[in-house]
Amino acid sequence: MSVYTGAVQDLIDELGRLPGVGPKSAQRIAFHLLKIPTVDAVRLARAITEAKERVTFCERCFNLAEGTLCGICSDDRREPHVLCVVEESRDIVAVERTREYRGRYHVLQGAISPIEGIGPDQLKVKELLARIDPEGVTEVILCTNPNIEGEATAMYLGRLLSPLGLTVTRIASGLPVGGDLEYADELTLGRALEGRRSFDS
Amino acid sequence: MRSKGALYRDHGVVLRTYKLGEADRIIVIATEHNGKVRAVAKGVRKTRSKFGSRLEPMSHVALQLYQGRELDIVTQAETVDHFRAIREDLDRYGHAASMLEAVDQMAMEREDNPRLYRMLLGALRSLAADDSPLVVAGFYWKLLAQEGFRPELDVCVGCGEDADLVAFDLHEGGTLCRVCRSGFPLSAGALDLLRRILGGQLAGALAEPRSAATHEVDQLATRAMEHHIERRLKSVGMLDRG
Ligand SMILES: [Zn+2]
Ligand SMILES: [Zn+2]
Repeated sequence: MSVYTGAVQDLIDELGRLPGVGPKSAQRIAFHLLKIPTVDAVRLARAITEAKERVTFCERCFNLAEGTLCGICSDDRREPHVLCVVEESRDIVAVERTREYRGRYHVLQGAISPIEGIGPDQLKVKELLARIDPEGVTEVILCTNPNIEGEATAMYLGRLLSPLGLTVTRIASGLPVGGDLEYADELTLGRALEGRRSFDS
Repeated sequence: MRSKGALYRDHGVVLRTYKLGEADRIIVIATEHNGKVRAVAKGVRKTRSKFGSRLEPMSHVALQLYQGRELDIVTQAETVDHFRAIREDLDRYGHAASMLEAVDQMAMEREDNPRLYRMLLGALRSLAADDSPLVVAGFYWKLLAQEGFRPELDVCVGCGEDADLVAFDLHEGGTLCRVCRSGFPLSAGALDLLRRILGGQLAGALAEPRSAATHEVDQLATRAMEHHIERRLKSVGMLDRG
């Protein structure tokens, strides 16, 4: 049973549908929005509407884009023959922050998760394969999450791409910089040991 | 029933996880002594989480949990086995996912079921040691037998005839002869494999190479499991090579 009148409850319900927003938070945000000046609330509403109208997915890499190509695909200074495959657009932001990468991306829009019924057909896998020849791709970096779904996705893509004669690499897994060794889980530490590097420069 | 607010310890296998909020996950675990438990692992999605990979699906863990009203909270997790041989092999991972999905469907929340837990653990260990075309089917048939669904495989469930068994009907609960036939067609090779799986010769059946008969038994196991849990299994066959 809802204690609020129609409009208030509608707002709470809508907010409660957002990822990471529980019923309590939805209520708190709703009351906050009702308290702020109308212009501020309208600005938020307009930002949502305009973003929804203007932002689509890049035709080439499925990153968020305003227009047919995203900012990275339309930047001709980017190395066109190297592709970094990520799960979500926000992962591009994380990789870009490193300033270590100058190639293009491909966003899968998810990861393989058999138990949730998400397989290769639900992801932008066909679209990735279709880019290899036309763009002259020579290297693909599999940059999916270092968790079980991300690893399964990387293995699946590795199996598809390796026979095509490209360089296919997987990002290394290891210990987070700045942490203590004793807190590392066995899988992470085991892989970090395997991936050790010679100390001479 | 333990009261809310109590700390308890148990062993379990993580069946699946759901994202929760910014950095947390809900972990669904088949435990040894507390049935299926749903618990929150706080901060587990951060790269520096103290849990690291320990609470990912398939992990066999020793846990300390804090009992909540609906969801418990994981306060400590130690790895017993992370089944690396499975998670680093796509075929085995696909097979393991099908086992975890069935157990997730069958296990009851907070209902003690140590045999289910041990069967899952045994199947994961055997999968880690060696993959087999019948690893999922063997597990499903054993699980169903354990739940009380033991199909008739020696005579026709229609007329009692013991020769010329050519079909298998889930609704009838077993094999049928040529005259009474209904359900799925069943080859002699598949019938032999079914008898071995359910007749105490699972290890031998698991050593069989891939064939039309293993495929048939695998398909039938999936249908039988889906019939039992009354829903489709999403993960079965998803990662099989076409
Ligand atoms: Zn793009
Ligand atoms: Zn008959």
